Amino acid sequence: MSAASAVEATAGPSAVRSRVESQPVTLPRALRSEWIKFRSLRSSWAMLGAAVLGMLLISLVVAYNTRHLTSGQDANDLASSATLQGYYLGQLLIGALGVLFVSSEFSTGMIRSTFAAVPKRIPVLWAKLAVFFAVTAAAMIPISVISFLLSQAVIGHYRTGFSLTDPGVWRIVLGTGLYLTLVGVIGGMIGWIVRSTPGSLVTYFGLVLVLPIFGELFGSAGKHVAQFLPSQAGASFTEALPESPHLAPGAGLVVLLAWVAAGIAIAAASLRRRDA
Amino acid sequence: MIQADSLTKRYGDKLAVDGLTFTVEPGIVTGFLGPNGAGKSTTMRMILGLDTPTSGTVTVNGKPFAEHLRPLAEVGALLEARAVHTGRSARNHLLAMAATAGIGVKRVDEVIGMVGLADVAGRRAGAFSLGMGQRLGIASALLADPQTLILDEPVNGLDPDGVRWIRNLLKGLAEEGRTVFLSSHLMSEMAVTADHVILVGQGRLLRDQSMADFIAEASSDVVRVRSPQAGQLADLLLASGVTVRNIAEQTLEVEGLTSDQIGVTAAGASITLLELSTQTASLEDAYMALTEDSIDYRSTLENTKDAA
Ligand SMILES: Nc1ncnc2c1ncn2[C@@H]1O[C@H](COP(=O)(O)OP(=O)(O)OP(=O)(O)O)[C@@H](O)[C@H]1O
Ligand SMILES: [Mg+2]
Repeated sequence: MSAASAVEATAGPSAVRSRVESQPVTLPRALRSEWIKFRSLRSSWAMLGAAVLGMLLISLVVAYNTRHLTSGQDANDLASSATLQGYYLGQLLIGALGVLFVSSEFSTGMIRSTFAAVPKRIPVLWAKLAVFFAVTAAAMIPISVISFLLSQAVIGHYRTGFSLTDPGVWRIVLGTGLYLTLVGVIGGMIGWIVRSTPGSLVTYFGLVLVLPIFGELFGSAGKHVAQFLPSQAGASFTEALPESPHLAPGAGLVVLLAWVAAGIAIAAASLRRRDA
Repeated sequence: MIQADSLTKRYGDKLAVDGLTFTVEPGIVTGFLGPNGAGKSTTMRMILGLDTPTSGTVTVNGKPFAEHLRPLAEVGALLEARAVHTGRSARNHLLAMAATAGIGVKRVDEVIGMVGLADVAGRRAGAFSLGMGQRLGIASALLADPQTLILDEPVNGLDPDGVRWIRNLLKGLAEEGRTVFLSSHLMSEMAVTADHVILVGQGRLLRDQSMADFIAEASSDVVRVRSPQAGQLADLLLASGVTVRNIAEQTLEVEGLTSDQIGVTAAGASITLLELSTQTASLEDAYMALTEDSIDYRSTLENTKDAA
């Protein structure tokens, strides 16, 4: 025992000087780490690339198919948001990207390395969120604008289309890119909460695709509730003619942001409490 | 230094770790031994704050691990389960880890070289063999040249060269004054690497002593003596601290005396000896005996063999 306390007396926390210069963990360092993680996975780029290409191709196909006015078209086919329909596919890919960015750390065990390096954990959540948000917004907002411009250029050869300066068009085009980014963030938060990749994907698709359909089954009461779901709240500012009843565009964005905030809060609580 | 105080972890109704209190001192290699399911990995995860104890506390250099500002420089850990994304290259994995501590590319390439992964560092970690994965885990543990190393079965899957390398590396790090804590269920490996043993079974502490004491206690030599005058010899040898067992006709097993002492005593009394031999109990036997009562997962093969 005396030998032990002698060691204790001399061995402070920095008894041995490390030969390697290292810095305290900060949010910017956690961010750098998450950016390295994001960019070093081929699957990240594959999914992001598929979402970008999907948006672009679908906008051109829709533009080509609706280049002539025919009697079979309804108002939706001719609305300013019609050629941005690729976001239906986009939200699946971007959501899966958000889910996987988090859940794959749990499925591979990487999360234990991550938490051993950043044991306070919460900086990891913010860093992942920020990296995901920045990368997705940087890809999806421009591709929404480009898809809109190219598709309207195609339409413009045959008939009068829309321009960015038409009423509500900027909101719809930027809103589409923002919506995709935000639902991806929700996917990421589901990843933190559910952890398993299949479970997270099922939860995400259930929330974004299945619940809105479910709402329809309950008549007008169901539809009133459904307008507060992320996808319907998003539609209020990404679609020129959203289904009724629907929220005002500003209110829709607020509701979607509330989903994101709730997701972050639950994810943070789960992250703090549960074993890794 | 790692200090655990009444550390307890319950998973559902399984008590994985049951009131462990121990100290892992700097400057030596401490081995953490126990049969499968004894709670070694669980204890190590609790030290790193990955699992929250059901009760009790554990600190690293006086603070819970999560409160250290430079966690990677404080503790380098190799966890039993692979803790690497399978889709990322080894080098990118290390770069991502290093970035949290502001450690640069130079050091990353240095540890890659140290663990002998230079040729494959650009390959997906998912394609690594067990030993290569283990080397990557060791590289990540060494990244920030930490004060404390916590390694869960580091030699698992390593080739003999790798085993010797890690053994010497750990001894060297301990000599510099670092805390080195490694788990294993291989007594033989521990005997040559560790200076101190913490032995657990079913989550409970069985032994916490220096390796020298453990070996001395474990391998208490037994001397076998065969003599026509066995009864007479037994009477002469019996003294305090000496046990004599009559194991067969004319044959004694003596514990507590050396063969020299027995030979001299016998000659003094003109007793004829037909056999005088030292039987060394192996460390492995002693370890088995100690943990016998606390084995969760026992092979049923032995029983079948007996029946056959
Ligand atoms: N996450 C968990 N959930 C439920 N039970 C667990 C969990 N982790 C460990 N256990 C149980 O706790 C006990 C101790 O497991 P642990 O992995 O700590 O043992 P170990 O000493 O490391 O064994 P080994 O030598 O096989 O690696 C085992 O019975 C195990 O089944
Ligand atoms: Mg284990």
